[in-house]
Amino acid sequence: MTLATEFVIFALAAFAGFNVISKVPATLHTPLMSQTNAIHGIVLLGGLIVIGASNDALDQVIGTIAIAFGTINIVGGFLVTDRMLGMFARKPKPPRGDEEK
Amino acid sequence: MPVASLSPSSSALTYLYIAAFSLFIFGIMQGTHPTTAKRGNAIAAVGMAIAVAATLLRSDIHNWGLIAVGLAVGTVVGVPAARNVKMTAMPQMVALFNGVGGGAAALISWAEFRHQLNLGGDIPLDILIPILFSMVIGSISFWGSNIAFGKLQEILPSRPILIPGQHIFNGLLLLAILAGCVTLSVDHASSPSQGLFIAVLVGAAVLGNLFVLPIGGADMPVVISLLNAFTGLAAAAAGFALDNVALIVAGTLVGSSGTILTVEMSRAMNRSIANLLFSGFGAPSAAAGPAEQRPYKSMGAQDAAIALAYADQVVIVPGYGMAVAQAQHAVKEMADALERKGVKVQYAIHPVAGRMPGHMNVLLAEADVPYEQLREMDEINPEMPQMDVAMVIGANDVTNPAAKDNADSPIYGMPIVEVDQARQAIVLKRSMSPGFAGIDNDLFYEDKTSMLFGDAKASVGEVAAALEDL
Repeated sequence: MTLATEFVIFALAAFAGFNVISKVPATLHTPLMSQTNAIHGIVLLGGLIVIGASNDALDQVIGTIAIAFGTINIVGGFLVTDRMLGMFARKPKPPRGDEEK
Repeated sequence: MPVASLSPSSSALTYLYIAAFSLFIFGIMQGTHPTTAKRGNAIAAVGMAIAVAATLLRSDIHNWGLIAVGLAVGTVVGVPAARNVKMTAMPQMVALFNGVGGGAAALISWAEFRHQLNLGGDIPLDILIPILFSMVIGSISFWGSNIAFGKLQEILPSRPILIPGQHIFNGLLLLAILAGCVTLSVDHASSPSQGLFIAVLVGAAVLGNLFVLPIGGADMPVVISLLNAFTGLAAAAAGFALDNVALIVAGTLVGSSGTILTVEMSRAMNRSIANLLFSGFGAPSAAAGPAEQRPYKSMGAQDAAIALAYADQVVIVPGYGMAVAQAQHAVKEMADALERKGVKVQYAIHPVAGRMPGHMNVLLAEADVPYEQLREMDEINPEMPQMDVAMVIGANDVTNPAAKDNADSPIYGMPIVEVDQARQAIVLKRSMSPGFAGIDNDLFYEDKTSMLFGDAKASVGEVAAALEDL
């Protein structure tokens, strides 16, 4: 990818983020912050890539810690969000019949 | 050993990444509606699984043992932390998860810098600059988040810690960090110094600490939201350095959405982000002079129960104190007892009550309070004069009338729940000590206000018991 292409992707992703988020009831701000927090755990991929390329002991230690950190960010983030939202989901329970599946 | 192996530049890998970040965007969209939010989170998690699996299929991934160790350690730490954290401690848990993400970005940048050095000689600027950006921002986010965690967990004093001249020092430190980055960039064609790189890393760590320490605990949600956006940008910069489209898209999404969320939160407090970050808001000097003794009234649980039972309309104004005392279930039981007596009960939710927007909603939903009884501040304020009793449970600054009528108050201009407009106010509080922002609340001294001292959960329980006996 050229740098210019990367900036095109960056700009479009930024607009997507602005637009997707702008219509959220305040109630959902905490869960949504937590969910986007989990999504930046994507940085784990960077850990996988740098450790994949390294033969140096220090790099391997740094990379392993980075992978552990990224994993905590992802699994912790999504699980905590799920717990928060589970509390909302219980409320508007429609009469039986149209459960998922 | 990989099932398939994909070249780092293969189209198949890119298609998998496109699938992953489409799911992220769709997941966030679903996350904006109460009925679909849970599914949205699951959808985003599936996207993440695809992104990780796709990356593991890359042909240049080695060191499987270490990868397994990292993934296992992360899972063993992250899963129980998320499972066991109390709902009240959610904000600081989000701060910690955010911090480790920023830490990962900083570490990855460091490893990539070393990797580029080992390749010898010239590090292209379009790799080096993102490395430096990701390292500095990631490090600030890691340390800043840890401080935010410490303040919310009350390991550190939640009051602003402001050393004289600190803003100037922070500014100089930021300049030094920038100068270090510029020097490293100028040296890129020879061999940039790893010592300087580490010095900049340490400088950013110190700045991360000093930047959050002077901010009061009440403003921490906004700080966490800002640091969340920072970590997103650090991840995006790592994507530029590693030429990885999934990192760029996902990181940028979080960077932009986190920025919007931060702006919305500070708007709810009617303060600019700059004011919030740099004013040392609520530092002891800002408190209203020496603590003068003013007269106030207090009442017992029995009297409170009588006042509530003979009301037609009661509004409950919850705050962080309710969260700390884990009083939400007791509150629901008390409300049930009132409803059995024909009293209409509603809840007035200030957008920044608690330590995060929506914090109160999450807790009350946990206690099975019907969604329709939760009323937003703007919606219920015009109805406040019709409320017979407003019961404030562990909320303070968000009810302080000084925000409306005292231009000298540090919180002047912040929207409040207008408890002072109700016919009677009952305030549940541990003591008369000032709230999180360290500002005295005029509401407590009004004629119509009675204080009910004690732990919120115990007091609410006593009121509920007294209601049953009436």
